[in-house]
Amino acid sequence: MLTRTKLIVLIAGIVICALVPPVAGATGEDFYISLFARIMVFAIAAVSLDLILGFGGMISFGHAAYLGLGAYAVGILSFYGINDGFLQFFVAIAGSALVALIIGAICLRTRGIYFIMITLALTQMLYFLGISLDEYGGDDGLNTDRSEFFAWFDLYEEVNLYYLILVFLILCVFIMHRVINSRFGMVVRGCHANEDRMQAIGFPTFRYKLTAFVISGTMCGIAGALLANLTEFVTPEFMHWFRSGEIMIMVLVGGMGSLFGPAFGAAIYLLFEEWVPDLMEAVATGTGENWHFIFGPLLVILVLFAKQGLWGLVPDRGRRDG
Amino acid sequence: MADPILRVEGLNKSFGGVVATQNLDFEVEQGEIHAVIGPNGAGKTTFVAQLSGMLKPDSGRIVFDGDDVTELSAPARSHAGLARSFQITSVFRNFTALQNVALSIQAHSGHSFRMWKPAATDAALNDPALDILKQVGLGNRAGIVAANLAHGEQRQLEIAMALATRPKMLLLDEPTAGMGPEDTQRITEFLAGLKGTYSMLLIEHDMDTVFALADRITVLVYGQAIATGTPVEIRANDEVRAAYLGEEEVDIA
Repeated sequence: MLTRTKLIVLIAGIVICALVPPVAGATGEDFYISLFARIMVFAIAAVSLDLILGFGGMISFGHAAYLGLGAYAVGILSFYGINDGFLQFFVAIAGSALVALIIGAICLRTRGIYFIMITLALTQMLYFLGISLDEYGGDDGLNTDRSEFFAWFDLYEEVNLYYLILVFLILCVFIMHRVINSRFGMVVRGCHANEDRMQAIGFPTFRYKLTAFVISGTMCGIAGALLANLTEFVTPEFMHWFRSGEIMIMVLVGGMGSLFGPAFGAAIYLLFEEWVPDLMEAVATGTGENWHFIFGPLLVILVLFAKQGLWGLVPDRGRRDG
Repeated sequence: MADPILRVEGLNKSFGGVVATQNLDFEVEQGEIHAVIGPNGAGKTTFVAQLSGMLKPDSGRIVFDGDDVTELSAPARSHAGLARSFQITSVFRNFTALQNVALSIQAHSGHSFRMWKPAATDAALNDPALDILKQVGLGNRAGIVAANLAHGEQRQLEIAMALATRPKMLLLDEPTAGMGPEDTQRITEFLAGLKGTYSMLLIEHDMDTVFALADRITVLVYGQAIATGTPVEIRANDEVRAAYLGEEEVDIA
């Protein structure tokens, strides 16, 4: 399904990610290691959202919930001195899967705007739950240690954490690639195109949509656990609706339903957030914090003129009819 | 005589004050093509939607193949052997013709929680799907994305998707909708070829198609069946002429 040009772009993306630590180390710009690690974490979140948003047509405005859940799984266990990475990630995965199952079972009984609003509402409930947990820092958040997987693999070595995230990203994208092209994936995509028709030809669609919702939430939970490791800090902000919107924008920028696009969308969004304010400051002091003022119109233009996002702008060589 | 494959008893459905189906009794015999005609707004599509399980009737009973299916969901009825085609073409526009039909095959090949093997190269889906495409005359269009098929071809694909569910009975909601005379003729001949293999409920506006295919015709007006009979009987029925056929420029002689 991938054309050659797109495959080249994809491989280039992976190679760039793989080369960041040595290049940044050699040039003394260590800061780029954590920036790209952050990009890759959000790439996982965006790719996971694309399964239900782009392929399944389920406009979930609450994806940050799973980011927060995964992060708090690490943070709270660490708070009690449990830093075993396998246990932490198991809890992050199981926890976000369970919550996605509950939220999905409620929300998927609705369609359209109701689905958007109810996913938003339930996520905000989790956000306020986070704020009310004074034991775990409430509003102020919670400092956390990094996970411990193996004695020889110390995540406090920035490079180790970086490559762990890269491996997770590649795994997640590969798994997602298999899933969306499988029989299951065809059902999810069919539900997006025409759910009534899917039911008429014999698919009990609810169970497939719910499964996709759980897979998506779980993968985002993993991103959350990685994010907690990266920031060594968890906060209810991870679950704020604004964060859900950011992940959605990454998917839109990269290209809904393109699987790989959202990963690049995450990179573009976060690099924009990093570089453009500096540029603006250079032009006029004090304007940098208003970078959304530039990003917003660009997003509108992109959505209007490139409905398939930036990934859709990568030329297709040898594409078949359609 | 064998029991009818489909028996509808006392079916009622209204939307607010609008009565779409009123105390409707209806039967389709094994192997029969039973056409339902009626003016626009007579409740034909609402009737099909209740038969296919997409709408719940307010009251009444639907018995299919000896089982009461009134409470069954749309997918469950598909698995019971009742297949529906849609008046408004609702093929999956982004999928190829082959993928469209393969999806129907897949729906009837066990559960779809298989998440690893690519579906696109699954011979267990593609081989039977291609056979059905050939059957409806789209064998050489398998790789074309449905959105790029001609309207008539999309209508054929619509029927192919219904056939791919290996049904006992077809609910055909205006299979020739929007078609030119040539395409209509082709679909009519194709459906005539299926006669006897499948029982059919045929909703149709094209009177030539109706009279060419139907064993029996039911005339629906304001959700009520005002007459049921053979084509000859329906042609001769004064009430039908008055209510539906008479005033229009429809040549039924």
